[in-house]
Amino acid sequence: MPDTNKMVRNELVKEFSSFLPADSIIADAETQKPYECDGLSAYCEMPLLVVLPSTIEQVEKIVTICHHRKVPIVARGAGTSLCAGAMPNEQGVLLGLAKFNKILEIDADARTARVQPGVTNLSISQAVRDLGLYYAPDPSSQIACTIGGNVAENSGGVHCLKYGLTVHNILELKMITAQGEFLTIGSQALDTPGLDLLALMTGSEGLLGIMVEITVKLLPTPENARVVMAGFDSVIQAGDAVRDIIANGIIPAGLEMMDHLAITASEDFAHAGYPTQSHALLLCELDGTDAEVDAYITRIENIFKKQGATTIKVSQNEAERVLFWKGRKSAFPAIGRLSPDYYCMDGSIPRSQISHVLSKIASLAQRYGLRVANVFHAGDGNLHPLILYDAGVPGELERTEQLGGEILELCVEAGGCITGEHGVGIEKIRQMPAQFSDQEIKQFMVIKDAFDPLGLLNPGKGIPTLKQCQEYRALNREHSHDHGHEAHAHD
Amino acid sequence: MTDISAQLIAQVLDARSQKTPLKIVGGNSKAGVLARDVIGTPLNIKQHQGIVSHDPTELVLTVRAGTTLDEIEAVLEEQGQMLPFEPPHLGTGATIGGTLACNLSGPVRPYAGSIRDMALGVRLINGQAQHLRFGGEVMKNVAGYDVTRLQAGALGSLGVLTEVSLKLLPRPAQTMTLTYELPQNEAIKKITALTNSAQAVSGAAWSTGVLYMRLSGTSEGVAATHKLWGGEILPSNSSFWDDLREQKATFFSGDDPLWRFSIKPTVPALLDTDDMLVDWGGGQRWLRGDFELADLEKLAIKASGHVTLFKGGDRQAEVRPALSNTHKTLHKRLKQAFDPDGILNPGSLYGWM
Repeated sequence: MPDTNKMVRNELVKEFSSFLPADSIIADAETQKPYECDGLSAYCEMPLLVVLPSTIEQVEKIVTICHHRKVPIVARGAGTSLCAGAMPNEQGVLLGLAKFNKILEIDADARTARVQPGVTNLSISQAVRDLGLYYAPDPSSQIACTIGGNVAENSGGVHCLKYGLTVHNILELKMITAQGEFLTIGSQALDTPGLDLLALMTGSEGLLGIMVEITVKLLPTPENARVVMAGFDSVIQAGDAVRDIIANGIIPAGLEMMDHLAITASEDFAHAGYPTQSHALLLCELDGTDAEVDAYITRIENIFKKQGATTIKVSQNEAERVLFWKGRKSAFPAIGRLSPDYYCMDGSIPRSQISHVLSKIASLAQRYGLRVANVFHAGDGNLHPLILYDAGVPGELERTEQLGGEILELCVEAGGCITGEHGVGIEKIRQMPAQFSDQEIKQFMVIKDAFDPLGLLNPGKGIPTLKQCQEYRALNREHSHDHGHEAHAHD
Repeated sequence: MTDISAQLIAQVLDARSQKTPLKIVGGNSKAGVLARDVIGTPLNIKQHQGIVSHDPTELVLTVRAGTTLDEIEAVLEEQGQMLPFEPPHLGTGATIGGTLACNLSGPVRPYAGSIRDMALGVRLINGQAQHLRFGGEVMKNVAGYDVTRLQAGALGSLGVLTEVSLKLLPRPAQTMTLTYELPQNEAIKKITALTNSAQAVSGAAWSTGVLYMRLSGTSEGVAATHKLWGGEILPSNSSFWDDLREQKATFFSGDDPLWRFSIKPTVPALLDTDDMLVDWGGGQRWLRGDFELADLEKLAIKASGHVTLFKGGDRQAEVRPALSNTHKTLHKRLKQAFDPDGILNPGSLYGWM
């Protein structure tokens, strides 16, 4: 660490010590180590300092001091981000919100919960279960991920198809601005006067403010929920079945697809009774009143039969429903057992493009000599290709990242986008110019300036610099002068 | 089907070089509604119309901003689909651009979401005459800031909307309204109790001593809920919901100022008078008459919400509550970020913006 950084660190420690207990300031490298990365461990950095405040006033003071000293701040929840969104800044403070872990108020009548940002996603649903309520967005990491992180990334999950993303399920945020000022946005009502800053904050990846309190909407637990599981001989058939369900006017609570590699890996791991000979598996959950669910199940079974499903099973009780989902929810770790490392992508495409994009991914994977497993939110068109690789093999991570980049560009070409729910962070910043023009990127920059003119909140993430855009476009021009990508992929 | 975006860009460029404000006009159905009076050269987007893409199997629609709600709704009805937010037209010729700019949604809003919730992408011309695209046509998209939803309710202050992509929903197989004769406070309690179970509710309103609960879903589901809840069935030819959404009910007649409260839905009656109309399951309440904004705002704050002068009254004065200094600073900076010369619908939201 350069001497100037050490000096700044020592001064910060001194200032923070006046209002933070000693164990809330972590300045030594060993204790800081767990904070060096988030869920995307390929990107690591040691922060100048880690602070773990427990009150809003402490956050205000920390941000005010950092603003005064022009020290960057990276906010962190549980560190489950898959885009290096919570990777520390070496000249900055890592502001951990783990101590903000209380559910402050539950209003069963209004069906809302006021919670601190460090509360885990799942614990909200657990806390209101006895009231017959739940919080709908359910990312796969819901046991660990925090609601603050969910808001920062606009997280989705299996049930977003019917119940929306984080942005549809929150009402009010309390935050600290980059200048250290306390601000309430949104309200307990369904809208607020003025500009919709709640929408702007949701998914802003910690670049616009530090959240300190969130009011979420709760939903009544459906009377009934059942899952139809169907195996197909090809992903094309399964993709067509997804299209047919939507075209028939049915919005399932969840509609998930897995390919052969994902099916076999998950079955070995979870023993959920998946048809391991199938090339594609669909899990379709219907929820609502008993009468409604029964009516929909019959229609879904008919659609699956028409598309040539080789096996169809309907969950007969809650235990079986949970078992069917267990395979899907544990798919990432299950696939992780097949390979020393895996890289999870997050492209989003129109639903009609699923078959086309999956077959293109398969041929790209073959060209790169890497295996790709697909587990994803088919109903939303949100793909999660998992690229299997070995970081121990020189050059394999680089090749994996190149393949990942090509997959994201493929999603944009198919009318989609580079990230559906994981965020841009550092990971996808290179591909931002594939989706946005320089003028659009500049518009993002001036929005950032409006909130954080000194650029201290989570710098280097989310929005690329114009220089990065130019480099990306220059590189792509070079590629188009090559004879295709083949030469590049194997060099 | 006409694309006049080049002409619109030229007009914005011209206004920018002359530093003359523009007043964005669509179908003019929202004149005197929601916004403050804007003084400026009319920028007419009405001709910029037509459906750009609509794949019925995708449940996504991309449409030019000047397209009328009438045209969109006719096309969707043929496909058994609908705009999920039941947009109020409030007059003839209402456009989709104006509806997004006003963030206007009908009685279904608490249960199915608002136009803001269904907005997937926009194209807009900012104050520098740059034609930009944000969001897209996919359900999930978190690349960059959510500029799309930021346009909802911005009243054209950040850009001239030229194209909107929206999520659609299938039309429900069955709709039924159940009525109950109840005073206002009893009705609000009953809404809370009924909507605490996962039935397919698509509207909850109270007017002159009657609670109206609308159900939408499969015919099996609606029948089962009716059996469970009881209540009188409103004849299917009743225009109650249309009159409520389009402000054609007797409550809305005459020239008295119309105030809109957007509050926490479970809060009891705001005034002793039964002369209020309750929509959005209690979350949106209407009041008529000459009041001071500041007085009503005190009531709204107690009810964890806000109030706006929706229609009529003095629209040169402020029509929505004052913002805190921090909010005001952020609003000014955001306006500056999109429209540095302040030429797009100046003063539509606030006199100082």
